[in-house]
Amino acid sequence: MKGSDVAVSGISKSFGDFKALKDVSLEIRKGEFFSLLGPSGCGKTTLLRVIAGFEDPDAGSVKIDGREVTGLPPDKRRCNTVFQSYALFPHLTVFENVAFPLRIRRVPNRLVREMVMRHLSLVQLESHADKKPSMLSGGQKQRVAIARALINEPSVLLLDEPLSALDAKLRQHMLLELDAIHDKVGITFIYVTHDQQEALSVSDRIAVMNQGDVLQVGSPQQIYENPSSDFVARFIGETNIFVGKVVAKEGGFATVEAAGFGSLLVEANGEAPVGATVSVAVRPEKIRIGSDEPLGFPELNVRSGLVAEPIYSGFQTKYIVKLAVGGSLTVFRQHANWSEGVPDIEWKDEVYVSWSARDAVVVESSARPPSSGGIRRPA
Amino acid sequence: MKRNYGGLYAAPQALWLSLFFAAPLAIIVAYSFMKKGLYGGVEPEASLDAYRALANPTLLLVAFRTLWVSLAATAATILVALPCGYSIARSRNQSLGLFLVIVPFWTNFLVRIYAWIAILGNEGFLNDFLRLAGLVGEPLQFLYNQGAVILVLVYMYLPYAILPLFSTIDKFDFTLLEAARDLGASRLEAIVKVLLPNIRGGLVTAVLFTFIPIFGAYAVPLLVGGKDSYMLGNVIADQVTKTRNWPLASAISMTVTFLTAVAAMLFALRSRRKAVHVEIDAGVEATAATRAAS
Repeated sequence: MKGSDVAVSGISKSFGDFKALKDVSLEIRKGEFFSLLGPSGCGKTTLLRVIAGFEDPDAGSVKIDGREVTGLPPDKRRCNTVFQSYALFPHLTVFENVAFPLRIRRVPNRLVREMVMRHLSLVQLESHADKKPSMLSGGQKQRVAIARALINEPSVLLLDEPLSALDAKLRQHMLLELDAIHDKVGITFIYVTHDQQEALSVSDRIAVMNQGDVLQVGSPQQIYENPSSDFVARFIGETNIFVGKVVAKEGGFATVEAAGFGSLLVEANGEAPVGATVSVAVRPEKIRIGSDEPLGFPELNVRSGLVAEPIYSGFQTKYIVKLAVGGSLTVFRQHANWSEGVPDIEWKDEVYVSWSARDAVVVESSARPPSSGGIRRPA
Repeated sequence: MKRNYGGLYAAPQALWLSLFFAAPLAIIVAYSFMKKGLYGGVEPEASLDAYRALANPTLLLVAFRTLWVSLAATAATILVALPCGYSIARSRNQSLGLFLVIVPFWTNFLVRIYAWIAILGNEGFLNDFLRLAGLVGEPLQFLYNQGAVILVLVYMYLPYAILPLFSTIDKFDFTLLEAARDLGASRLEAIVKVLLPNIRGGLVTAVLFTFIPIFGAYAVPLLVGGKDSYMLGNVIADQVTKTRNWPLASAISMTVTFLTAVAAMLFALRSRRKAVHVEIDAGVEATAATRAAS
């Protein structure tokens, strides 16, 4: 691995009364594609700027490859940044933009030409070398910014919402390209985004942040399947959350009595002892919706209800189902011909929704203090 | 059909300029090619005497001194105006900063020169302060030399440099400086290689707005300058009022006007070519953005 590991420990940073980062610690491994994910204002960009050296933390330290870099200016750190607004120099051509760091280091002309062209070909822009940045499309500008950030051969590349200014289709494409570049150069990427889909699809690991705290660090699968808090469960994808009391426990399954949902079977270990208040998440795509009642599956939770709102979105339909017991659930259903409920389930249809106890996850429990906030009542 | 009233709307300005600018200029041009009258004024007789008299060593010396003082004062003005415009552009309270820059205009030009005399004079505030502080025994001679002229000229023309610099720096994207630092540039390198080229338009305006009026300065060298700081403006005034050689005064005026005009045009053209390029780029980008948005 060519990259560096980055260790952030105990970083705090305030702007006036606003606490942007509250005692944040993270270990980012060599060569990893690591994402900082969270809503706007969660502190992810501030953390990136602290790592880059644009902001000095109020407390804590940043180490790159074990070497203390806190307090060093950005030009003395072996990491480079791809800015959200690209920050290409408008007075220079694409070639000179990419060559800028080499000109600063007074690299001989002959070498400059070779290195710049090599990096432009990495982002497939050789033929645009003589253009001014203003003549490029958004995606092309983004690529110039990446080539320019890579030419110093940094050991860490910091990307600050690099795709947020692009349209949805181009974003998908650039994301794959970024992933390919990461594989090619093999250095550590730290990627800031508020888009959970982006983070899930390219990251090796993700840190989910909110209000200056890191709530959970893990692989995309861990973050999605086993969120550690209500916030993470709700922020990453859609989810149904039930809050209730554990009334019985038997063979790895807990029975949770939740207002509006009745008595639910949930796979649970030690974190949900009898008497604990828990919140349980079930992803909408793991719930089956159909017009007949499934019988004979002991681990299945089954509820009857009425389709309150079907929302068609092409690749799937999202149903909001009002349950007979009072609550409501969100369910996703794909449209293949073999799926259940053909002919289609429509508005005001009476349906059965069912899900396996194994697909329900205890995300917060009064027996295990959550990483932030407490158990929140569903809104 | 839409009627074009452009010419009509411009008429008052055209009238004003021809009456008070073009006509006097034509008179001066005409005078410069006439013979000197015995007691001032001109004889209506064609002659090149005035232009021949320009090749006079004293006059050439004053011309070079004027050029040097103007260059030095312009350079100093820009050096002071740059950080000033930068800090106003970056401050939270821009209007206060701009207000403070404009406030001196509320006081008459001459009054402000006399204010400097009150500060720098032998009995002035500065000498009083130095004496009270026990730093000097005898008053220091601050006034009536080239330094005083340059100092007061810089003070006078500072707002004309700060305002255009402020307005371009205000539009500058400061992320570019962060990007430069991130890519390995020191603080100074970032300013020289990224900030300055991107505020070229404001720099050109600031230089023109200060150099041209300073080159024709008259009152400042007259009031705070001495023998070593006599400038072309003073020579012209003397030729009109004391020596009463109106053709020579006109010839000097014409030469100065002609040279500054040519120099300013060349300077603006050379810089414009680059600035216009940037503007066209911005235009293309704006069009592309509009197209993308629609």
